[in-house]
Amino acid sequence: MTGFLRQVAVIAAKDLRAELRTKEAINGSLAFSLVILLLFSFAFDPTGDTTREISGGLLWIVFAFAGTLILNRSFARELPNDCLDALIAAPISGAALFLGKAIANYVLLLAMELISLPVFGIFYNVRWTGQFPELMLVLLLGTWALTVLGTMTSALTVNIRLREVMLPLLTYPVLVPALMGAMQLTMALIAGKPIDADNVMWLKMLIGFDVIYTAVSLVLVETVLVG
Amino acid sequence: MSAVAVDGVWKFYGDYPALRDVRLDAAAGACLALIGRNGAGKTTLLRIMAGFSRPGRGEVRICGTAPRDTATRRRIGFLGHGISVYDELSAIENLTLFARLYGLQEPRQAAAEWLERTGLERVANGLVREFSRGMRQRLAVARAFLHNPSVLLLDEPFTALDDRAIAVLQRLLREALAEGKTVVMSTHQLREALELATDVALLNRGRVAFAGPRTAEMVADPGFLYARYGEG
Repeated sequence: MTGFLRQVAVIAAKDLRAELRTKEAINGSLAFSLVILLLFSFAFDPTGDTTREISGGLLWIVFAFAGTLILNRSFARELPNDCLDALIAAPISGAALFLGKAIANYVLLLAMELISLPVFGIFYNVRWTGQFPELMLVLLLGTWALTVLGTMTSALTVNIRLREVMLPLLTYPVLVPALMGAMQLTMALIAGKPIDADNVMWLKMLIGFDVIYTAVSLVLVETVLVG
Repeated sequence: MSAVAVDGVWKFYGDYPALRDVRLDAAAGACLALIGRNGAGKTTLLRIMAGFSRPGRGEVRICGTAPRDTATRRRIGFLGHGISVYDELSAIENLTLFARLYGLQEPRQAAAEWLERTGLERVANGLVREFSRGMRQRLAVARAFLHNPSVLLLDEPFTALDDRAIAVLQRLLREALAEGKTVVMSTHQLREALELATDVALLNRGRVAFAGPRTAEMVADPGFLYARYGEG
């Protein structure tokens, strides 16, 4: 088990180091997120109650769109110099490779989201810190759902020419339940409502989604990579 | 037991059979040169041997085990068309990364040692994207040999190498063969390959047209096999 975790850590550290050197994915994703938030703030009246009501949904749409820029790079960064071959040849399990990459993506996505959140608060005149711990829980669970599915799709589409198009096409439809859960909970929390009996089922669904898709991905990734 | 055994391997791309009932053996300590025209199936066969793809039919055994077994992967060193090192990382970071993935005891020390053996110790901390082509190729050779594999699978190893990299690779291959390691290499550089080879296999449109020991006749005339068994 420690060997597995060490391999996961090595892959995650490698991806993060490579990304921090180039900043290709994180810069693109962050810029995209901020531009979309800015453009939507012009489209809606930021003081309106309706805007605040839909702002949770808007926030997750921005995260999902901007996130694909990070997720697309995940396995694609292995293509120059045929680095994916070297990883597949190494005596590590597909699960360790997948989990390492997913963790690196998770860190990058969370960084993008945490920078975007205060900007969102300012542009939409939303007090998002009111229920900060609960909001962070939803952010962590929703982001993991996006990460695990996006990383798997990145592996699935790595060898096709239209991968930038295929990744969102394959990811978003499957992600709908998790996105709905994250949106509903975020909207409630931003509106000042707690997570209670009315909306706890969304939280349960989000957790279930994370567990199921993580397990399925860990089992299937070896087949996806090697055939 | 053969170090590399290929038994009735077929590989299809769609309906097209890239490999047709390929049967080959390489004993421990042997150097098998896979030769053939472009599209003969050399790379496909090497990739199946390395466990990157699975055969449609038949099987490959490396030291008696399947290529995808974790223990088998520790025994294989693969050098493909790409250099398989990261441009964004330094030379020492690249080799340390792979040393860690292969579970070597002292990853950084092993990395430093191989940088020295391939003449890259002075640029250990330089980013690979700043390296010349020859330096990148030597780093790729170091990566393939780093974990002391007992079976080396090399796809066109001499192609596009500069003189220094060819010398480094030939020296390392001679040392590996002297230590009883097995080498399987595909190549178009017949002269360099036949100098090292103990056995030769000629692939023609996915079939083994010839397989046998290298002879003096082949070394004297590298085109001999093509003329006799190939398409001329």
